[in-house]
Amino acid sequence: MREAAVEVEHVSKKFRLFKEKNNSLKATIMRGRRVVAEDFWAVRDVSFEVARGEAFGLIGENGSGKSTMLKCLTRIYRPESGRIAINGKVSALLELGAGFHPELTGRENVFLNGAILGLTQKELRRRFDGIVEFAGIGKFIDEPVKNYSSGMYVRLGFSVAINVDPEVLLVDEVLAVGDENFQRRCNEQFADLKAQGCTIVLVSHAMTSVQNMCDRVAWMEHGRVREIGDTRDVIEHYTGSVQVGRETDGSGHPRWGSGEGQVSRVELLDEAGRRVDRLVSGAPATIRIHYEMHEPVAQPVFACYLATITGQPVSAPNTRAEGCVPDKLDGLGHVDLRLDEVRLLPGTYDLTPVLSDLTMMKVFDQRQNLLRFDVERGSIHEEWGVTTLSPRWEIAPEG
Amino acid sequence: MTTLAEYRSSRELYNNLTLRELRSKYKRSFLGWAWSLLNPLANTLVYTVLFGVLFHAHPPAGGPSHLQVYALYLLCALLPWNYFTIGVMGSVGSLISNANLIKKTYFPRELLPASSVGAALVSHLIEMGLLLVVLLTFGDYWAIEWLPMTVVLVALTTVFGLGLGLLFSVLNVYFRDIEHFLSIFFLLWLYATPIVYPTTVLAGHHLPGTHIPALQVLEINPMTEMASMFRDTMFYGRAPGGWALLYFAAWALGALVVGLRVFERMGARLAEEL
Repeated sequence: MREAAVEVEHVSKKFRLFKEKNNSLKATIMRGRRVVAEDFWAVRDVSFEVARGEAFGLIGENGSGKSTMLKCLTRIYRPESGRIAINGKVSALLELGAGFHPELTGRENVFLNGAILGLTQKELRRRFDGIVEFAGIGKFIDEPVKNYSSGMYVRLGFSVAINVDPEVLLVDEVLAVGDENFQRRCNEQFADLKAQGCTIVLVSHAMTSVQNMCDRVAWMEHGRVREIGDTRDVIEHYTGSVQVGRETDGSGHPRWGSGEGQVSRVELLDEAGRRVDRLVSGAPATIRIHYEMHEPVAQPVFACYLATITGQPVSAPNTRAEGCVPDKLDGLGHVDLRLDEVRLLPGTYDLTPVLSDLTMMKVFDQRQNLLRFDVERGSIHEEWGVTTLSPRWEIAPEG
Repeated sequence: MTTLAEYRSSRELYNNLTLRELRSKYKRSFLGWAWSLLNPLANTLVYTVLFGVLFHAHPPAGGPSHLQVYALYLLCALLPWNYFTIGVMGSVGSLISNANLIKKTYFPRELLPASSVGAALVSHLIEMGLLLVVLLTFGDYWAIEWLPMTVVLVALTTVFGLGLGLLFSVLNVYFRDIEHFLSIFFLLWLYATPIVYPTTVLAGHHLPGTHIPALQVLEINPMTEMASMFRDTMFYGRAPGGWALLYFAAWALGALVVGLRVFERMGARLAEEL
């Protein structure tokens, strides 16, 4: 029998947007009412089901209602209408270490946080050593948590939440914190939990983690579910739609920067210098960035961020790393990025050109995913991954 | 809706929150727990000098204990009063000071004001235990005899404080004035209750410009009954008045019902309002 672990039926959640918020009696009495409010439906008529043991992703742009939906699932928000049923023990990771009290020690906070997540003292005592060990806190466990580094704080919070053996785990973007080592361990833990049959609902912007973890995905837009289905399909439609939206509306490009100089367009050229719309794996190619400086710009740096369409970074060649920085640029011109060999494996990639100052901290112009292009099969015959190391194999049998 | 089953399952959490309240209160202070005793002692000293010595207030005689010590007479009512106000005032700020917890985790929110009252109760029980020992050294053995009734009174005071705590804590989220208003209100309420002075002071007095006896008005205040009942069972060693008990119990239960209802209604949007 396929029993649903999470059932969401026609859930709507409204927020009141306060034009002016009064928290004082005086203002209330003077005006005769408390607030001047406008309704805003953050979640509208959302329905979905998550099967037991399934990993389910909620994706969408900022303000699409995915985090609000998750907070409804955790019961932090009470929806206006609709029904939510969760079958099984729930643990939520909304913000790691959210329940910590700064004056109390790590030990005291573990017990408090564990109790919030529904563990009894007995269970907590049994798991305590494991929690501390996983967090890597060591002897600091008896120090007040306000003396912890942010990393220790987050690790301890994660360790408690993950050690309650949840049947349903609700996660919001927490994977984005901590160092790489910690993130890797988080991902391993999620994979373990999933293998043990834990149901996971994940809200994330990072398409890579959604792609890696989730079986199915719901794409939310303006508070409604736009599409539910197989992870790969939905993510493709989602990233595709974002792309289409940009192309049809030139001014709607996600683009930022101070604007002293700008990237006007990007072109792909083949070996012979002809404009092409796709590259060939293993063949030479040139990426040409056209710029326009509105004033003399000292020591500009050009960079080319390459990523897969799911957002996985591939490479980011830049002129500074190659020591190719002019003293000053003004007016129009272009920069060529020459590749002796396109080392990308066949697939679709997004290119983000960035124009910045020498520190690369001050961005003059960044045009997110300005160009999407395909790489077709050529002289490279590898299949796994996104790039090649251009390997040379040697086999040396002995005897 | 917060269900009964949920309350039961959150007992562990309740204990933890109460412990946290107690621990964090005196963390990093040299005297720690002793502070919870020094405060009522200082109060007693002031009131005893002011009313007992300067105004010659005497506890009205009566009861089998025949105690005459003003300081003890005072403490028998002052300690429950302090417990009541600390419990309510602690609850009032409990939701706002735990905003982070409310916005990021789920548990029955009633636990926060309840744990403030719980923490106050723990301190109160210690104080009352010490007071009991002092009463015994003064030969008031009847205080032991009436101990079960005293426990009932503490329970009723807890219910009353919890009711007001729930009510005002959630109102305070919407109207932050409540907290400031209450601190003045409790000061006035203290003097509208015969705690630092005996009721005999008011005997024969009327409300200004009327023929209504002041004592009669005072008895509308449920805390008057509370104070007199605690004195009955602890100081005088006699049974509290039946009507007084009923009247106070009615107020306490009424406050709890109203508090729970308002909390249930207004508590749904806490995570957004904070």
